[in-house]
Amino acid sequence: MYIKNPKDFKAGLLFIMFGVVTAFLSQRYPIGTAAKMGPGYFPFLLGLILPILGAGICLKSLSKGKGVRRNIPIRFRPVLFVLSSVVLFGLLLYPLGVILSALFLIIISSIASEEFNLRVAFLNAFVLILVILVIFVYFLKFQIPILPFFFKGWI
Amino acid sequence: MDLISNLALGFQTILTPLNLLYCFVGVLIGTLIGVLPGIGPVQTIAILLPTTFALPPVSALIMLAGIYYGAQYGGSTTSILVNVPGEASSVVTCLDGYQMALQGRAGTALAIAALGSFAAGCFATFLIALLATPLSELAFQFGPAEYFSLMVFGLIGSIVFASGSILKAIGMILLGLLLGVVGTDVTSGVQRFTFGIPELVDGIGFVPLAMGLFGISEIIRSLERKEKREIIKGKIYGFWLKKKDLKEAAPAIARGTLTGSFLGILPGGGAILSSFISYMVEKKVSRNPETFGKGNIRGVASPESANNAGAQTSFIPLLTLGIPSNIIMAMMAGAMMIHGIQPGPRVIGSNPDLFWGVIASMWIGNLMLVILNLPLIGIWVKLLTVPYRVLYPAILLFCCIGIYSVNNNIFDIWLTAILGFLGYLFVKLECEPAPLILGFVLGPLMEENLRRGMLISRGDPSIFFTRPLSLVFLIMAFILLMVITIPTIRKKREEAFGEEK
Repeated sequence: MYIKNPKDFKAGLLFIMFGVVTAFLSQRYPIGTAAKMGPGYFPFLLGLILPILGAGICLKSLSKGKGVRRNIPIRFRPVLFVLSSVVLFGLLLYPLGVILSALFLIIISSIASEEFNLRVAFLNAFVLILVILVIFVYFLKFQIPILPFFFKGWI
Repeated sequence: MDLISNLALGFQTILTPLNLLYCFVGVLIGTLIGVLPGIGPVQTIAILLPTTFALPPVSALIMLAGIYYGAQYGGSTTSILVNVPGEASSVVTCLDGYQMALQGRAGTALAIAALGSFAAGCFATFLIALLATPLSELAFQFGPAEYFSLMVFGLIGSIVFASGSILKAIGMILLGLLLGVVGTDVTSGVQRFTFGIPELVDGIGFVPLAMGLFGISEIIRSLERKEKREIIKGKIYGFWLKKKDLKEAAPAIARGTLTGSFLGILPGGGAILSSFISYMVEKKVSRNPETFGKGNIRGVASPESANNAGAQTSFIPLLTLGIPSNIIMAMMAGAMMIHGIQPGPRVIGSNPDLFWGVIASMWIGNLMLVILNLPLIGIWVKLLTVPYRVLYPAILLFCCIGIYSVNNNIFDIWLTAILGFLGYLFVKLECEPAPLILGFVLGPLMEENLRRGMLISRGDPSIFFTRPLSLVFLIMAFILLMVITIPTIRKKREEAFGEEK
């Protein structure tokens, strides 16, 4: 047996995994009966159907005889820098305020592009922080911390 | 005439300076983000959702609706001038629009796109006004069984219109239903799948989910490809259409409008699907299909009319049945609920000014777009010279601030990052995220109606088959599912989406 379509195969595995975990976890909640369904009934039902479906997808992606194994190419640079810039923004927003955390977000996420240029990134950050301050903070009155925590006593 | 007095009420609502201003702001922002590739109405509405808290609900909805159909206008500009779709719904417009531009007919293409959109917008507005009252009256007869079956039909519909494998699309729906379960169970008050995280008690937020699956994962995916943009050089002229062009495009506009209006109403439909199908229809009925893709004016007129019609008629199921048929409508439902209005058949009776005001605003908005769009094209073209490496950090930043501001909640930002990674995984595995979102939105409603229905029937599932309306929906869902598994139709469906790649 060969895997003809690795994308389908892996998607099937993903569905099986989600389903099994759900079916397992939903038993912590009262299942109830068909007439009086408890909070666990619906998720348990989903947890039963998903693995069956996933298995079906996996089976369909197999073929007898020879197949070509193709891997799914994943470029780590964009994944890493885009996601980490978002996570970091969340971490820094309360302690450092939006000005500094936006600066970090823009610089780090800019590295994700192959054409990264530090000067362009800084310029971009400068313009965008201005936009944020004028539109979101001043005009739209978003409730968002602006300056780092250690400035609080000063202003 | 009820219709006329209703529309009069609508125009009375929209024709106040404040509402006109918000309508204008909406269509302007919509056009802007429609022009810019990489940011669409989903992200924009999500970012701007928190800003509408302070507005009266009518103004908020008028603005958000304007963003949606405004984006359909803007998307065509980019398709025609740069050969990059500004919006997913303008993908097919690239085929003939860019060719027309290469032949020096960019002005004609832009003008016909705007004119077609306007004609379609007028028709769709009228259709909504016509269908709204009878449909919402019908919806009052729905019990839990009917609602459940209608949602099954809706979810199956979203499979038909998603590209790729049918089985995977069903899997994505189930995953969406599952994500919708997270949070406090309405009936019993039990917290499900919250893993002790207090922020999950109210469930996974719609905004982080939509931003993660569509915003972040899209950015990562775009960064994997090399950017390629060639803007048509030189002055764009010739916005005045020749009689010959008009005569050729008119039937295509009519066909596009009808196709789009119909597909917009269907669950899972909307602007994107409408443009694809109408292009196929146009190619089918044409006497010389080989001219398509080489600058045929009908190849621009039809999909551009269709996507605008579809964008507008997709409001029908939301406003009359309370069921969002696509992601944008799900966001509109969210916006309504923020203002304490439960979308559904009651809106028409309890908030007539809101209902008819939004409908009338669509017509006014379309008028603004035609007037606005053509003179501003020079500015839009300038905007397109902004490279993606500058654009995407900005999108990311606005997304983060928007997500945070919905609930003033840091956790939502992290949730978005996680869902963004999941969304990227889905893209890599060729799993369409749209059915997941629809499943997520309909999930809680579906579970509630399933439980209520089963309670009424004392655990007998035949209630879904014995109530006539419910049975009709289930049969329709079944037929839909059967139809897409027929090999020849499946091939057609793959063809329709194949042009995307």
